[in-house]
Amino acid sequence: MASKPFHKILGWAGTYITWIVATILVLFPIYWMFVISARSRVELFGSTSIIQTTFFAENYTKPLSNPVFQRYMLNSLIVATSNAILVAVLALLATYALSRWRLKGSDSIFFWTITNRMAPPAAFLLPIFLMFTRVFRIGDFSLFDTRTGLILLYCVFNLPFAIWLMKGIMDGIPVELDEAAFVDGASTWDVLLKIITPLAAPGLAITAILSWVFAWNEYLFAATLTSVEARTITTGLAEFVTVTGTNWGEMAAVAVLSLIPALIFLSLVQKYIVMGLTFGAVKE
Amino acid sequence: MKSTRTGWGLLTPTLIILGITGILPFIYVIYVGFFDWNVFAAQKGLHFTWANNYRRLVFDPDFLGALWRTLLFTFWTVTSELILGFALAQSLTREFPGKGFFRTVHALPLMVAPIAVGATWRLLTIPGLGLLPTYLNWWFGIDYRIGNFANQAFLTVILMDIWHWTPFVTLTLLAGLTTIPKEPLEQALVDGANRWQVFRYLTIPMMMPVILTTVFIRIMDALRIVDEVWMLTGGGPGDATRFIGLHIWRVVFPKTDYGYGSATSLLTLYFTLVLCWLLFIAIGQNSKQGNSS
Repeated sequence: MASKPFHKILGWAGTYITWIVATILVLFPIYWMFVISARSRVELFGSTSIIQTTFFAENYTKPLSNPVFQRYMLNSLIVATSNAILVAVLALLATYALSRWRLKGSDSIFFWTITNRMAPPAAFLLPIFLMFTRVFRIGDFSLFDTRTGLILLYCVFNLPFAIWLMKGIMDGIPVELDEAAFVDGASTWDVLLKIITPLAAPGLAITAILSWVFAWNEYLFAATLTSVEARTITTGLAEFVTVTGTNWGEMAAVAVLSLIPALIFLSLVQKYIVMGLTFGAVKE
Repeated sequence: MKSTRTGWGLLTPTLIILGITGILPFIYVIYVGFFDWNVFAAQKGLHFTWANNYRRLVFDPDFLGALWRTLLFTFWTVTSELILGFALAQSLTREFPGKGFFRTVHALPLMVAPIAVGATWRLLTIPGLGLLPTYLNWWFGIDYRIGNFANQAFLTVILMDIWHWTPFVTLTLLAGLTTIPKEPLEQALVDGANRWQVFRYLTIPMMMPVILTTVFIRIMDALRIVDEVWMLTGGGPGDATRFIGLHIWRVVFPKTDYGYGSATSLLTLYFTLVLCWLLFIAIGQNSKQGNSS
């Protein structure tokens, strides 16, 4: 019997060693980014130390006071926020319809949305670029290089996941609640606003936050479909890498800055990240 | 009280937006794929060329190379992530002090934007500035330069993806592991089965739906990788890490050969969807078996 505690201690030690190593491996690249962001140009290539004691604030203040960078930041904020609100509202309406009505072909619609998510974005790059620059063109106005274009476009990735996530939540709200309200003479609109929305609010918040983060993090389309006016922070980050030499310190600082909002938002919904990333297929 | 008109009315805005951003481009890409269209060509406008673009495409070594590279990348990353993630998830089923902390920190890479993941790894791997080249050289004498050596670049991209996405696999598998019933496992142990047998014949079959869902989502995302690789290696050296997304974006796109580009996009889309649907069917069959037995 004396061997049992010993066995247990050994198991614990193994678990701890595994997790300490895993944690170091996970944290190190992010830590290194912070270190680089705190180094001046001279320090960067002179030092191979992994410890940083000084802080070179110019890496942060220079991009922050740069109007171009400020515009990128603002664009990202506007695009991500508008997209999150749009996606949440549309998903609320759509899943309410899908959950409460027996609509012909609604199953196919449900599965079609997931097909949109499976498709590699790069395959849509060319047709969407052509549509934005050539097809949807009224005089001088086109969707190319506009925030509206990006806001609409990000729906193609965010709506499918939002619909899958919200459908599960909507199905969980008892139908008896709406039926009782209908008997009392409420309209569909009343039911949706006064009964469904408050009950679905936590799910809606999760959906909106995850959509926000996806939109904030998106790069490929933002880089292709904008040129000057509507560039976002992720494209700004990539622009630091140039042929003529990169200011790595500033790039690291911008990467850190771009990380912060996503980190804050995601820590709020930490418990639901898995649900969000698997479209509600896996719940915690 | 409940007319279908209202139902469709609620669904309409979603259908319109997904139609504009999802279906219209799809139809458009099919259409343009049958044409010869290059904005800088001598003859302007679209010229119908039947399936010429596709005929060129199936013999295009760049396209096929990128496709094959993407499949290799997907295979190695998803396999490694599944094994690592399963081991980590299994170790998290036990209670131990500090578990919550480790779990939270472990999820951190999931929150980083793909482009920032690429930037982070770039900072680790630049010669003279990053730590990897310096320390690998000091400790092991390895000449590590992902700008020059194709194999190292490919391996680094795989490692980066493992760093980025293993937490996702861990968390989904953990969610699955916590929901499977404990009694059969304990009963089997009492009946004299060893830990490996329990794992192989009870845990794995019970976890199959979650494993398949996880693998499905991971394959889907691995096939579409662009941002991280673009930031880390730019697809180089040569074409060593030029996956299909990068191929379309950086090689086909700038040539403004829109007809050929559309054909490439469509064929890529087709391959991905076929692969995804095969997996989807596999998941469906697995759950059917689970229900009948």
